[in-house]
Amino acid sequence: MPGPPKVMKKPKDSRKALRRVLSYMGPFRFVILLVLVLSFCSNLLALQGPRLAGSAINEAAAGAGLVNFDAVFYYARRMLLCYAASSLINICINVTMMYVSKGIAKRMRADVFSKLMKIPVGFYHRNAAGDIISRVSYDIDVVSTCLATDVVAILTCTVSVVGSLIMMVRISPLMSLMVLVTIPVSVIFTIRMRKKTQPKYSRRSKCYGAMNGFVEEMLSGQKTIQAYAYEHKVEERFDEVNSTAADAYYEADYWGISIGPTMGCINNISLGLIGVFGAVLYMNGIVGLGQISSFILYSRKFSGPINEISNIFNEIFSALAASERVFELLDQDEEPADRPQALVLENARGDVELEHVVFGYLPEKIVIHDLSMKADSGKLIAIVGPTGAGKTTIISLLMRFYDPISGSIRVDGNDIRDYTRGSLRGAFAMVLQDTWVFRGTIFENIAYGKENATMDEVVAAAKAAHIHPYIMRLPEGYNTVISEDGGNISKGQKQLLTIARAMLYDTSMLILDEATSNVDTGTEMQIQKAMRALMSDRTCFVIAHRLSTIRNADNILVIDGGDVVEQGTHESLMAARGFYYRLYSSQFE
Amino acid sequence: MQFIFRYMRKYRRMIAFGVFIKFLATLSELLIPYVLEYIIDYAAPSKNLSIVLLSGTAMLLLALTVRFLNVKANRNAVKVAKLCIYEVRRDLFHTSINLSGRQTDGFGLPSITSRMTSDTYNVQGFIQSSQTLVVRAPILLFGGIVVTMTMDTGLAGVLCIMAPVMIAIIVFVSRRGVPLYDKVQQGMDSIVRIMRENITGIKVVKALSKEDYERRRYSEANETLARRDRKAGIVMALPGPIMSLALNLGLTVVVVVGAYRVNAGRTLPGVILAFLTYFNMILMGVLGLNRVFMMASKANASAKRIQAVSDSPAEPVAVSEEDAAATGSSDAVVFDNVSFSYVDPSEPEDSSGFAGEKRRMSLDSVSFSIPRGGSLGIIGPTGSGKTTMINLMMRFYDATSGHVFIDGKDVRTYQLDDLRRKFGVVFQNDVIFADTISENISFGRDVSGERMQQAVSDAMATDFIGDYDDGLEHMAEIHGSNFSGGQKQRILISRALAARPEILVLDDSSSALDYRTDASLRKAVNTNYAGTTTIIIAQRISSIMNLDRIIVLDEGHVIGYGSHDELLQTCPQYREIRDIQMGDC
Repeated sequence: MPGPPKVMKKPKDSRKALRRVLSYMGPFRFVILLVLVLSFCSNLLALQGPRLAGSAINEAAAGAGLVNFDAVFYYARRMLLCYAASSLINICINVTMMYVSKGIAKRMRADVFSKLMKIPVGFYHRNAAGDIISRVSYDIDVVSTCLATDVVAILTCTVSVVGSLIMMVRISPLMSLMVLVTIPVSVIFTIRMRKKTQPKYSRRSKCYGAMNGFVEEMLSGQKTIQAYAYEHKVEERFDEVNSTAADAYYEADYWGISIGPTMGCINNISLGLIGVFGAVLYMNGIVGLGQISSFILYSRKFSGPINEISNIFNEIFSALAASERVFELLDQDEEPADRPQALVLENARGDVELEHVVFGYLPEKIVIHDLSMKADSGKLIAIVGPTGAGKTTIISLLMRFYDPISGSIRVDGNDIRDYTRGSLRGAFAMVLQDTWVFRGTIFENIAYGKENATMDEVVAAAKAAHIHPYIMRLPEGYNTVISEDGGNISKGQKQLLTIARAMLYDTSMLILDEATSNVDTGTEMQIQKAMRALMSDRTCFVIAHRLSTIRNADNILVIDGGDVVEQGTHESLMAARGFYYRLYSSQFE
Repeated sequence: MQFIFRYMRKYRRMIAFGVFIKFLATLSELLIPYVLEYIIDYAAPSKNLSIVLLSGTAMLLLALTVRFLNVKANRNAVKVAKLCIYEVRRDLFHTSINLSGRQTDGFGLPSITSRMTSDTYNVQGFIQSSQTLVVRAPILLFGGIVVTMTMDTGLAGVLCIMAPVMIAIIVFVSRRGVPLYDKVQQGMDSIVRIMRENITGIKVVKALSKEDYERRRYSEANETLARRDRKAGIVMALPGPIMSLALNLGLTVVVVVGAYRVNAGRTLPGVILAFLTYFNMILMGVLGLNRVFMMASKANASAKRIQAVSDSPAEPVAVSEEDAAATGSSDAVVFDNVSFSYVDPSEPEDSSGFAGEKRRMSLDSVSFSIPRGGSLGIIGPTGSGKTTMINLMMRFYDATSGHVFIDGKDVRTYQLDDLRRKFGVVFQNDVIFADTISENISFGRDVSGERMQQAVSDAMATDFIGDYDDGLEHMAEIHGSNFSGGQKQRILISRALAARPEILVLDDSSSALDYRTDASLRKAVNTNYAGTTTIIIAQRISSIMNLDRIIVLDEGHVIGYGSHDELLQTCPQYREIRDIQMGDC
């Protein structure tokens, strides 16, 4: 089956990803410098251990009965000191790096979320929630783990690698050449492997995202799937997605996991070269045996850490691929910024006017052809029409979720693009057909639109929305926690909650998009009464199919195919015996 | 850990093979320094170039062998991990998708999703690295111990003093690790939940300009996660340095004790020197094992979370005919004195399974029956138990008391799939999946092209689908967001009609349809699905007034039952609804 269309913008240059990850480390640069110094000290101390032990043994070597215990204890005390200090420093390094790496992960997560708040709503229609979430739950996690462990490893290794290289050059520049030839080989190999594995790791991240998206979507439709005994098909499809993800993982690590051993091999070969070359040099009297011995000692100190680093190269590569997916999200276009000197819409009167508005979600598919209408302050405007006629689209335009392709929308005489987006939206209260509640108490859900709402206000709103008696029946009343999907609350109850939310949100304009479609008529009538009282000075847009809801509207706009085909009051439209009349009479068929 | 081993057991041959390869690789690797030593200590002083070159070649061959074996073993480990995790995820998903509503509510959807992903990655990582790490560390550790023991048992004995420290640390790590990582994963659950809420509610968030509020809410959860993650990381970062400190302390004691023994003439200084080398080996081994244990505790925390879902009992089970209730009626649907409460009667009163409603009966002593091919309308205020009746018919829940019969058989005796295949249903919050319209309608069932066309036309969806160039093959976006509310409902109704169900259930599913479309839909159902038993839940009286029987529900009680005309006589509440909705006619 074809997956959902992928519409995220392409990631930019992949080398940039590394730079951007590093830029996240920027604020911690002094800490990281400190870690570097500390790890240098700890290395130094750790090296002192064996040396001191050697000295102690030298004292003991005097033979039976001749051991100078004062000296032995002297060295032993120093050994203890060195080891203790080294361990302590290591603990410090580990703890510091935890703070750094988790801090970076936290900032990345925060940045992603901030971004999500700024992206236009259309983005969420094209990208699966699970895939977006996976960028936080998987990709950032990979980056953070890499930073926590691998950066420490690299830092500590660098110190001993550089240190031993210096020592080797000092002992024998000639033999050092043998070590140095392996460096370009390793570098070339690493670059090649990066090229080879990078797309595979990217694919792995992408597959995980797709899997997450699939799981999310299917689980949220669980009841329907069970109702249609569709589980087997969904299971089959998951097996496919799952196996693609498992394969992507295998593919990536199949190559990634070979980097370590190969680097190790290069290293071991260089050891062999040193041995042979050193022996040859010795045979020709160029170096002494002692020099070779200590050279080899250092070359082991040199190659050990390199082996260790090479074993984490695949982790670094996969972290880079993962970070690309994070940056890809961070590079999405935001809602266009408010115009400079944008007006703040305050105490709006609520005069709304649409003039020759043309709009399509895709430029080549126009949904609204040429729409003009006027709503005066305090009026009740009903929008009716067959499904798909563009009713909800008009609301989206009013709220500036989208901007029209041409034409203009004015509130209180100014084009809505001249207002700050926040203040424009703040001037509307909105109840949508797709009710939305979040996990929190009922109180929090109702008070959502109004910060610092008091319990009295919330109760008053709930009473007006006729949900108060229901809430009082709950064991914890207003403090009852609703689960994330609204659990077992019926859709009608959810609608009442969101109506209460809107009632509390004091604005001059109100939008009700099928707000009471799942509420029984009796309750609806009472809510309407409460709303009318509340709305007397508000401009109100109502989309409804139950025509009883809209009979009292000051103006009814009949929309069909994105155009206003009729408008007027209920009486005048009925008298005209046109489109509206036919809609209305069909309810008695 | 048992849980992970359960999956690994199946691949024990592969694992054994990989571990053996890794074992060979490690031994070969340990040989390399000896060859080097040989060159320096014997070959070079002997001034014999051919021996030097021969030894060099041996090293080269060893290096290549080690690489070959290591790559092979590593790839083998990746393969095992891949195969295992595929099965872990498969089982987890298959269970999740079959969980009952009550079970899903219990775990919470975001948590199940994060178990499905983040937790399985942890387990996968463990399976992979454990196979390679678990070889090297013990070889170094036990190799080192054996060698030191043979060299000087007394001195090696000193090391044994350190053993309790090591064991204590390992016990500490595995005890503390699991709960710590469990907390981390729970923190991740909250992050996932908040993101999910914001993604689904983005319009409301933006409309109310709550972006900053949401950012604050998120940043609290983010802070909590970072704190827990850090705490777990720090606790887990301690054992390494502490262990090496402990071992190095032991080493110091060895040196001192060694000095005494040398003084007493019981050992040679060279032995102590050699001890140093092997000591390093032991240290490496211990640190390696420590890493394995750390990873294990992280993986274990995740495994437990996976297992909690994966091993959920499949409910509900089919009941045998003998244990089930019987009815004399062969009607399509029979409710016999059915009562139901969403609060599980077996749970203590204070548990809050869902929004926590106390043991209020959602349905109270409901009885009715619908003959085959008959029709029933259900109307009543919000929260009066209308949807609950559907939940019981399709056995999403079992009645608390009383019995539900479909086609004369207790619903509990059916295999769930057989029961549910009788239905074509549209729920209140029904879902459209990101797939083609035609797949959304056929939904895995064998629906012929002709049948689908008919269903689409009966659901009044032909026109708008026909507007797409690719017609039925048009892709729905996530949650059908490229369709209007009414278009979605028409696709959903097509889905319900497509397989010519024995029982058609429409739960408030024409609310977004205009009257005309709704009326044509009802006409089509009436004429083209005459043999289908139809149940319609609606708020609009016009949607149900022509049905054979209508139930008026209020707070779980049937307060009216009869045809439209009868109810107008007998049920004042019904009359009131009609008066409000149809007012002047």
